[in-house]
Amino acid sequence: MSAKSEPIPSEEISAHPQAATIRKVLVVVALIALLIAPQFLYPIFLMKLLCFALFASAFNLLLGYTGLLSFGHAAFFGGAAYFTAHAVKVWGWPPEMGILLGVVGAAALGLVIGAIAIRRQGIYFAMITLALAQMFYFFCLQAKFTHGEDGIQSVPRGELFGLINLQPTMNMYYFVAAVFVIGLLIIWRFVNSPFGMILKSIRENEQRAISLGYSVARYKLGAFVMSAALAGLAGGMKALVFQFATLTDVSWQMSGEVILMTLLGGIGTLAGPIFGAGLVVTLQNYLATSDFPVTIITGIVFMVCVLLFRRGLIGEFFASKLGRKLGFRSES
Amino acid sequence: MTQAAVTTQSAPRVVLSARGLGKDFSGFTAVNDVNLDVEHARIHALIGPNGAGKTTVFNLLTKFLQPTRGQITLLDTDITNTKPDRVARMGLVRSFQISAVFPHLSVRENVKVALQRPAGLATQFWLPLSSLDRLDARADELINNLGLSQYRDHRAADLSYGRKRVLEIATTLALDPKVLLLDEPMAGMGQEDVQMVADIIRNVATERAVLMVEHNLSVVADICDHVTVLQRGEILAEGDYAQVSADPRVRTAYMGTDE
Repeated sequence: MSAKSEPIPSEEISAHPQAATIRKVLVVVALIALLIAPQFLYPIFLMKLLCFALFASAFNLLLGYTGLLSFGHAAFFGGAAYFTAHAVKVWGWPPEMGILLGVVGAAALGLVIGAIAIRRQGIYFAMITLALAQMFYFFCLQAKFTHGEDGIQSVPRGELFGLINLQPTMNMYYFVAAVFVIGLLIIWRFVNSPFGMILKSIRENEQRAISLGYSVARYKLGAFVMSAALAGLAGGMKALVFQFATLTDVSWQMSGEVILMTLLGGIGTLAGPIFGAGLVVTLQNYLATSDFPVTIITGIVFMVCVLLFRRGLIGEFFASKLGRKLGFRSES
Repeated sequence: MTQAAVTTQSAPRVVLSARGLGKDFSGFTAVNDVNLDVEHARIHALIGPNGAGKTTVFNLLTKFLQPTRGQITLLDTDITNTKPDRVARMGLVRSFQISAVFPHLSVRENVKVALQRPAGLATQFWLPLSSLDRLDARADELINNLGLSQYRDHRAADLSYGRKRVLEIATTLALDPKVLLLDEPMAGMGQEDVQMVADIIRNVATERAVLMVEHNLSVVADICDHVTVLQRGEILAEGDYAQVSADPRVRTAYMGTDE
């Protein structure tokens, strides 16, 4: 009997005393993996993965940390890709300025779309973002500078700060990796800031936040613009990685894909969207050569995940006993 | 300005008033022709049977609902068409019938969220959370004053119902409102908590106006200076508790008997 006299596991599992250290080690391991990954895997694939991971993380800032489901994030991702590609190719801007234009352009688009959509909630919000993103899609289809169905092709990568030639794949990889880490740091700070605290309180009890004098719409709009800007950062980078910008990146399927990635990984966690993006991009890559349609596989994976792992893969892990012992917390 | 200076001299100073306030919900008149004057440093009770429109009046006064008719004035400013968050920033802060806390935040964080805006620490997305540490002292003071210090680091969701209500009052007081609207602050509380909250309300009303909806008539008799009775969305009677409770119409309407 005495061997079985373990305490009954309570709902509140206190974190292991060394949980913080273990989490730090995990972050360091992830950073090392980021540095040595191109030795083992195809760098272009990795760069694509990082672009989508950042895109999904930006999307999660809105869905997971603000509680807004946007169905139009492709406009910011694909729009920024066009802005960056055009600035670099036609105007001859250096890559860092091209990406900056993509970010600013996506933020401006986010300000317009967000200001209109934020007036409604839930499904109406999602539908308005979808409608406005579709309008932007058709604008891109018609506009001269996007070259319609052809897209903007053979975009030069240029020289970063006039010093580093980004044409060699490895140079480009480390640039993308650095931008990815900076993007994640921005998201992390944004979530763990005075502003993030107000966002959290709005998510918890919107009426109460209003009665404390917070103009909720402005905070939501702030989060929307930040999410759009970071989606733009990912899109601008993708344009440089693949050296073209096409209609695919502004299509509604792209908006759907980023929702899929975020939900698969787990909303309201920092790592979730990264894993979700990794899973979807990997599946697409390896199934692209097979005869089996990719969408059916990703559809099945999504269904299984929704049915079995409601919180997403990382979200379930964080909510598990081991996850809580390590002090992980999911915001959803 | 001279007029304001004069009015502070004369005893009752109206800080919140409603004239001819009315609200229709698609043909149904929930509130009709309500006139209210809430005075500084006094506790004003709004009582009435279920469905009398008390909470609707609260929602109208705090602008969570837009009135169909009438005018609302807060501190000499017309707020009839002002947004609810703006009204809150002007000093009219409310509590809710169903306890409104941020459930996954700690007690201290709940109070700090309220302190963030007046401290100008609400929009900085580039600062670390530790920048909010300077609000700790004020938050702890409020928490201590309301007897919540031993629950400071508990999640709000884990508190008992009565303590959630007290936390809500603490959060509201963090804004140092000029007018405090409390929607059934004692509903669902045990007798000891009722006494504690009554003392808290009496205490805070020395520096501000309080308007409260309350069903517990002994509390109303005990702490309220002025009582307005609502029935079917209209004012039935007004006065101090003795006057109102002696009114036969009130006895019929409110108690359902005329004994």
